[in-house]
Amino acid sequence: MTLSLNPSESLQPQGWLRYLSFSTDHKVIGLQYIVCGFLFYLIGGALAGAIRTELVTPLSDFLPRETYNEVLTLHGTVMIFLWIVPVVNGGFGNYLIPFYVGARDMAFPRLNAVAFWLIPPAGILLISSYFVTGAAQSGWTAYPPLSITTPATGQIIWILSVLLLGGSSIFGGINFIATILKLRRPGLGLMQLPMYCWAMLGTSILVVLSTPVLAGTLVLLSFDIIAHTGFFNPALGGNAVVYQHLFWFYSHPAVYIMVLPAFGLVSEILPVHARKPLFGYTTMVYSIMAIVFLGLIVWAHHMFTSGTPPWMRLFFTIATAFIAVPTGIKFFNWLATLWGGKISLNTAMLFCCGFIVNFVFGGITGVALAQVPFDIHVHDTYFVVGHFHYIVYGGTVFVIFASIYHWYPKVTGRMLNEPLGQLHFWLTFVGFNLCFAPQHWLGLNGMPRRVAEYDPQFTLINQFSSAGALLMAISTFPFLINVVKSAFNGAPAGDNPWNALTPEWLTSSPPPVENWHGEPPLVHEPYGYGVTPGQLSLEASSGRDLWNLGQGDQR
Amino acid sequence: MTSLQSESLSQHAGEEAHAEGHGDHRIFGLATFLVADGMTFAGFFAAYLTFRAVNPLPSGHNYELELLLPTVNTLLLLVSSFTFHRAGAALRRGNHPLCQRWLLVTAALGFSFLAGQMKEYFSLPFGLTDNLFASTFYAITGFHGLHVTLGGLMILIVWWQSREGGRISIDNQFPLEAAELYWHFVDGIWVILYGLLYLL
Repeated sequence: MTLSLNPSESLQPQGWLRYLSFSTDHKVIGLQYIVCGFLFYLIGGALAGAIRTELVTPLSDFLPRETYNEVLTLHGTVMIFLWIVPVVNGGFGNYLIPFYVGARDMAFPRLNAVAFWLIPPAGILLISSYFVTGAAQSGWTAYPPLSITTPATGQIIWILSVLLLGGSSIFGGINFIATILKLRRPGLGLMQLPMYCWAMLGTSILVVLSTPVLAGTLVLLSFDIIAHTGFFNPALGGNAVVYQHLFWFYSHPAVYIMVLPAFGLVSEILPVHARKPLFGYTTMVYSIMAIVFLGLIVWAHHMFTSGTPPWMRLFFTIATAFIAVPTGIKFFNWLATLWGGKISLNTAMLFCCGFIVNFVFGGITGVALAQVPFDIHVHDTYFVVGHFHYIVYGGTVFVIFASIYHWYPKVTGRMLNEPLGQLHFWLTFVGFNLCFAPQHWLGLNGMPRRVAEYDPQFTLINQFSSAGALLMAISTFPFLINVVKSAFNGAPAGDNPWNALTPEWLTSSPPPVENWHGEPPLVHEPYGYGVTPGQLSLEASSGRDLWNLGQGDQR
Repeated sequence: MTSLQSESLSQHAGEEAHAEGHGDHRIFGLATFLVADGMTFAGFFAAYLTFRAVNPLPSGHNYELELLLPTVNTLLLLVSSFTFHRAGAALRRGNHPLCQRWLLVTAALGFSFLAGQMKEYFSLPFGLTDNLFASTFYAITGFHGLHVTLGGLMILIVWWQSREGGRISIDNQFPLEAAELYWHFVDGIWVILYGLLYLL
């Protein structure tokens, strides 16, 4: 029985064409985000390849210096604003959140489509600037006065592009908040939601509170560039440090906008493949909200060398160190979830484990960086580059891959090839650590970031790093082959290949247009693994029972 | 279909159909957007206060802003919030002509505010790029003025839609409610702006 309550749905394009259309189906939009984001990931990866190729030798011999600046600016902007933020929020968020709250779509489906369709034009605008006028050269941070003195056209295009992407992000955030708070199926309590909902609620609060500040700041910066006002230009009586404060008021929370959804996704994947309930649900929820709150008041730890007064250094050091507490709670909860579990070490699980290892390392260097004396020593060196990539690549990108391996069977109805997946994981894991671990050593020994030339004593370590980057590039191929090939001849997955209990697995694969053939199931215990049905408090409505009943139907 | 699922189907079918309409959540969505919009202003205000605190203006660049016009403007906006509220009340009583009249008064007050703002701009002794205060002043008041302009246009649209037999009625108050919420927000921001830029 297909219950179509919205007649306009049937007017929308069917088949693969709908992925190029203004579809308002949350699943189509989620996939649009993920595939579009992945294309930008390939571009950003090629740019990273150019950077690592330049750094094989100490001399600036592969790219002209200005081009190197453009490439590093584009790499950062593309990877953050066009790959990680859209995919981990808009991509998986759109696909999963309506399932998790028991809805047939997001709260504002048309706004949702608008939010996605802002991204391709913004991305094309940004990348075209490289070919048309020369891209921005001031890094993804666009600090003035550098961003005011470098060629203006590329910088303005960069600002326009980031404004569009910020708008997309805000629309998405509003939609997630409304969907999670207002569209929950009757009878489903907030504390019964799968953890990814909480992560997306926290993330969306950060998006709504902090992204507009960046937008306003970039408008002022564009005035400085076009109209020669002096907001951030010391030569005209302005204050460049105010830009840094406003920029980091967004861009520190942006780290949590990139990482909190990943925390949520890991919380979904680990219990399924460890066959155990998520450990410490309540503490997980409070940790997310604590990270949201603390994430808004730590921004100046990026500015310890910007003439920050001592009281400010003290406050931001302490606040930053505090974030390690809720983050640590989450990590111990994940370890406790794994402890004694019936772990299947498949590719999704491997990527989750890789995430835990990498992120703990990146988290520890993060706590180190929060300490003013140490931060001043390594500020603007490769130590920061290493730390940051351990968080966003070793952290979030590993989780994106884990999620693709976990949910691909649901989305396509077919399994991914497991040996190819394992090859992808090991190439990525070894390549990633080979690429970024040595950068900590480079930074500690004084190699500055964002320069095409360096002291010859760093040559060997840089070559190790570049070799790691090459492995990472190679790792993309087994993944691409796997994803494309499995779509056509992967083993049929069935509705619930992992025997999972969260609601998206209680419908067909791929799911029908409005998600369920009948009523949305009411899942009170999305993590009720390893518990005999008699022990469940709300036996008749747990996901396990619905799943058992569903199996009974098919056989 | 199992008995369990069919039971929940009949139990929740009514609520579910209601939730599909999404009507109730649009004001919530708009309010969330206004929080975001308010954060843009908060960023501007924070920048303005920091500039004031740490970036002294060059000598000869300190102005005493004329207070009369902006004070009148503040009153215009406050009254317009009240008149908009009356328009909504009239609609809820089903009195479309009265609703339209209050909306016209509101729009007139809004555009008078903009006229006053323009008059002030032309009489100020400084231009956009003269100094940090001038730039910040124009950026913040200009950004607010943009909001008033959009709000004024929205009121005109809502005015047209709330004619007898138009899109807005007792059964569909959303466009009017949305424009009203937005207008109150814009007024509230102005009160903060007035306090910080003119009085402080």
